[in-house]
Amino acid sequence: MELLASPALWLVLALSVAIPVLFIVGARRLALRMVDRPTAMTASLPKFLPAPRLRAPSLRWLLTRGLLLTLIGTGLGIIMLRFVYGLSAVTNLSDQFAWGLWISFDVMCGVALAAGAFVIAATVHIFRLERFEPLVRPAILTGLLGYLLVVAGLIVDLGRPYNVWRPLFHWQHHSVLWEVGVCVATYTTVLLIEFLPVVLEKVNHFEAVTTRLPTVKLTQLLKKVSIAFVIMGVVLSTLHQSSLGSLWVLMPTKVSPLWYSLYLPVFFWMSAIAVGLAMTIVESTLSSKAFNRGLETHLLVDLAKAAAVVLAIYLAVRAIDLVVRGAWPLMFEPTLQAASFWAEIGLGVMLPIVLFSIRPLRQRHGVLFLGAVLIVVFGVVLNRFNVSLIGLLPYTGQIYTPSWMELVVTMTLVSLGVIAFGLAAKYLPVFHEEEHEASR
Amino acid sequence: MSASKNTQISRRGFLKRVGTGTAAAFGLAMLPQQALSGYASGDSESHGPTWSLLIDLTRCTGCDSCALACKASNELPDADVVPSALDADTYTFVEEHQVTKADGTTVTRYVKRQCMHCLDASCVSACPAAAMHNSGEGPVIYRADRCLGCRYCQVACPFEIPRFDWDNGLTPKISKCWMCFEGLQEGQLPACVEACPTGALRFGRRDDLLAQAHAQIASNPARYIDHVYGENEVGGTSVLYLSDVPFEQLGFVANLPDTAPAQETEKIMSKLPTVIAGMTALMAGSAFITHRKPAEPEDIVPEALVVKEEE
Ligand code: SF4
Ligand code: SF4
Repeated sequence: MELLASPALWLVLALSVAIPVLFIVGARRLALRMVDRPTAMTASLPKFLPAPRLRAPSLRWLLTRGLLLTLIGTGLGIIMLRFVYGLSAVTNLSDQFAWGLWISFDVMCGVALAAGAFVIAATVHIFRLERFEPLVRPAILTGLLGYLLVVAGLIVDLGRPYNVWRPLFHWQHHSVLWEVGVCVATYTTVLLIEFLPVVLEKVNHFEAVTTRLPTVKLTQLLKKVSIAFVIMGVVLSTLHQSSLGSLWVLMPTKVSPLWYSLYLPVFFWMSAIAVGLAMTIVESTLSSKAFNRGLETHLLVDLAKAAAVVLAIYLAVRAIDLVVRGAWPLMFEPTLQAASFWAEIGLGVMLPIVLFSIRPLRQRHGVLFLGAVLIVVFGVVLNRFNVSLIGLLPYTGQIYTPSWMELVVTMTLVSLGVIAFGLAAKYLPVFHEEEHEASR
Repeated sequence: MSASKNTQISRRGFLKRVGTGTAAAFGLAMLPQQALSGYASGDSESHGPTWSLLIDLTRCTGCDSCALACKASNELPDADVVPSALDADTYTFVEEHQVTKADGTTVTRYVKRQCMHCLDASCVSACPAAAMHNSGEGPVIYRADRCLGCRYCQVACPFEIPRFDWDNGLTPKISKCWMCFEGLQEGQLPACVEACPTGALRFGRRDDLLAQAHAQIASNPARYIDHVYGENEVGGTSVLYLSDVPFEQLGFVANLPDTAPAQETEKIMSKLPTVIAGMTALMAGSAFITHRKPAEPEDIVPEALVVKEEE
């Protein structure tokens, strides 16, 4: 409440309104001027930028951008508030519920949703199923952005983010979180290196003609050692995808028996593979729409088949685990947890298995997309929420629901990720030739 | 139940492990004999000096001296206000409970709450930065300079003890009792023990206190229930409670496992080298096999090179 009286809040709100308004007005004026004198404006732009549109932006164009900017402005403002007034000013976290939306979604789900990078990279470069090659770059880009967002989310959530480097120097091999931290840091670097060739390709394209930059040599070198990085990526991913599950093994009295299991790491790892495949389907479908390019449907159908197999094994193992631990009666109790459990397993695991194992079904675009979305949203995102949030409520009591400010920060980070993906896809050779050719 | 259960690989722990003879002797010599002299007994030699607190709930009158002494000695804010809950500025407080006994009478019991100083503490196992640290001598201490503020220690603690400074934007700390560790090393008693006027708090070596507690129960079975809370809970804690009413009725966490949850994660963590080696071998092997078949002629030459050769 005292927050409402704080001038900082009003400053933030004013900024988040003012910035988009200025943007809209400015964009309009600029566009109008460009309509008047097109050549003078465009001649000074670097060549690799697409030719600017020489007409006044439509209202829709302005509105979407304006809203997005408002969101991002507000989000960044809230992050500022958080560092001035502490976590209590913007979150509903408490000593009884110390990890909330930012850990459950930004970190736990973020890492899981970025799993496509290691799954697809292994498929193509290790198992050498080279027809999947066109999917590698988008998957790596998604992975890289995902991890950068995880890191950004952590910086906001950590009480003392400036100490975030310490685990790298004080080795705590008994701490699961230490291992997760080290793996995430290393793996983000590996992803950067894996993505570097894409950037270099673009750079080579312009620069090497005029000057002998070392970028060409670097490209060749990277190509030679790339397999080592792919292997590293797979190993690191295996480690921390599963360790996110191990985090909760330390809380046997807190996590609901519907999810608490000593095999949590195994479950997390398997579901990460499934969601890696599903995310690739989702992201290919969406980007094919956004960039008007052909969809590699035949490839995606094969991914769906693989996802069904992984999910089936996952389902079996989880069922056995529930029975062996004797926790299965909890599934039939009228609780929020049971409902959430069924949503997770029914919608996110069983239904996609059905959709993906019937051939005529999975070959339809709509079904393919729906099944993948179900895996992503219900199968994995809900699972991470169940383990880290909903499954804790019987122990802690209903004491936490995210505040609107937590939601805005999360939405801001996701939007930034989507924007970065869009920009990278537009200006870098991320997608395969067909589209790249078209854009030239 | 001894200091050797300490899973911390601190420099000190490492020394203890490596040089059992001289290093151990050296370590013992460094201990404040003064603090221990009153409690030392011959048989605890083999167990090492694990400092502990025994709280006899039947003797506590709820005078709050301990809580206030804690505030004063740790220079915590609001030192003259009796605290009613743990928070960022409170390491310990006294909780009031109305309990209906078996014979139908209602009695009031006071429970001093603070960190239980688990022997194999979840918070220590959880902390990625060794900010939560097992001193190896009983107290579990916190070192703010290393802390990331990730709050995993809070999430992990089975007793819900560590508190976070939610109102602090840049330098929030975790707060919890540290058994006045600095004072202990100089031979002083923890502030709360020093302040307790009724003798409800006793300080000493864990073995001795456990022996005393069991002797008390045995000699007065009508007065005490036959359970020393903290003896086995989560693998044992350095804070022990004696009571005349069942602990569940006093708000104690019941149904805790007898083994430390940290041991389960430790088991998982100890498999990591195997996983790393296995996965690396598997992946490298697969890559080796698949790469033996002739690769499709790929466009290996970067575009730029082609352009340059044309020039
Ligand atoms: S009671 Fe909690 S804070 Fe204290 S040592 Fe045990 S786990 Fe750590
Ligand atoms: S909040 Fe600090 S003390 Fe607690 S686990 Fe994180 S780094 Fe360790």
